[in-house]
Amino acid sequence: MYQDGNALAGPLTEIFAVDMTSAESVCAGCGRAGAVASLRVYWHAGDAVVRCPGCEQVVFRLVRLENRLCLEVTGLRRLTFS
Amino acid sequence: MALITPGFRGRRRDGGVELPPGQYPTEDFPVLSAGPTPRVPVDRWEFAILTETGEKHTWSWPELLALPSQTPTVDIHCVTKWSKLRTNWQGVSLDLLMENVESAADYAVIHSYGGYTTNLPVEDLLDGQAWIAYRFDGDDLAPEHGGPARLLVPHLYFWKSAKWVRGIELTLADEPGFWETAGYHNYGDPWLEQRYRGD
Amino acid sequence: MKWRVATVVESRAETATARTLVLDVPDWPGHLGGQHVDLRLTADDGYSVQRSYSLASPDRVEIAVQRVDDGEVSPYLTDVFAVGDAIELRGPVGGWFVWRPAATEPVLLVAGGSGIVPLMAMIRARRAAGSKVPFRLIYSVRTPEEIFYADELRRPDPGVDVSYVFSRKAPEGARRPVKRIGLADVTTHGWPPDFQPSCFVCGPTGFVETVADLLVAVGHDPSRVKTERFG
Repeated sequence: MYQDGNALAGPLTEIFAVDMTSAESVCAGCGRAGAVASLRVYWHAGDAVVRCPGCEQVVFRLVRLENRLCLEVTGLRRLTFS
Repeated sequence: MALITPGFRGRRRDGGVELPPGQYPTEDFPVLSAGPTPRVPVDRWEFAILTETGEKHTWSWPELLALPSQTPTVDIHCVTKWSKLRTNWQGVSLDLLMENVESAADYAVIHSYGGYTTNLPVEDLLDGQAWIAYRFDGDDLAPEHGGPARLLVPHLYFWKSAKWVRGIELTLADEPGFWETAGYHNYGDPWLEQRYRGD
Repeated sequence: MKWRVATVVESRAETATARTLVLDVPDWPGHLGGQHVDLRLTADDGYSVQRSYSLASPDRVEIAVQRVDDGEVSPYLTDVFAVGDAIELRGPVGGWFVWRPAATEPVLLVAGGSGIVPLMAMIRARRAAGSKVPFRLIYSVRTPEEIFYADELRRPDPGVDVSYVFSRKAPEGARRPVKRIGLADVTTHGWPPDFQPSCFVCGPTGFVETVADLLVAVGHDPSRVKTERFG
């Protein structure tokens, strides 16, 4: 079961000063463009695996490591803020 | 300094001697996954062991089921802090599957249907420590718990017990898997609380 | 964003198993209908968990908590947490699943169970702003007893049409058979795709999946169908 990217709005404020979930993301796998809020979030306790609804590839991962928060963005081609 | 929420305890309990540090016992079987549940029909299912020299050993579903199986009763520990005690499984020991595999590799990468990977030393797969499990509590293993078959390595945190297992790649160098590259501990011993890299 | 300390100023039963909590948060910056807050609970041994809750009202920090019997947090919030208690809160967050009072398109809201909460915030925001934009709400619940904000939704609110989908038990006299939401509900009580409405769908994952697929199948532009699934 997954949630929408909306659910990441709070945790992402620990990294970004503006709302990241409204930004448009482009998937590095299939090129689908859409709001970060429309991506699919799979939770592993407090850690999030965020996948593209188009191709199911991992777009990014947000992992809380004790006192660090790690955002890994290997599946993300572009973020556009408006 | 966090504000204490008076009267809030969460699910955590004093684990007692049976539980690794930081774990709480659960009766149910939480489902955690990093992606959609792959549906693998058993007539197309295959399990493979690939050695560092490119030699490939494969088993079809009927071939796996035809092998002598074991019924381990083990405790499992998830990095998300739940433990489930005395779980009953049925599966084939990796000792048996590795019996005719010629390899000098020290490391293994477990591959799953759906793309998940995890890594561990080969020695942790042997000596009665690991199984390819296909039944849980007397029933076929449900897809959400890794069916048709998953790796079962109960002495490590449960993310090492890859669901929907499709093969084991034996490698000379250690290659971190899905959670390990994201910063989870490379080995994952629950008794040493090896949750994250650096623990 | 920093964690703030919020204090409960009001707690009331919304249904037999859900509570509305109103929190006082000093220097609250205001928010839009559809935004949510994160709550952080910390036990005395340092164990800590976070949960997200949609805001139910446009002008105050009001949430609703559906009690899940074997849940870790909701039984605490519904049964123990009381007026005067403090909790850590972060928000408002989320800028996508929101309705802005300046918007001019018609709005379709589809709620499943406690998914009504952020949609109620939009209805209340419309009223507070004096917006004339027509709203339609399709609210799916298992039984009439599980309707949140029942009295408020029953009161006439010009421009807001409310219809119910009962999936397990309907009130006496209801014409619609008891069943899950389907195509007929969406076409009868929603807007034609030609009207280019903004659609907001909130509820459990399976419900949202069904409704979003139906809306796209009848011709709504996928980019106008915004969803919020809870686990």
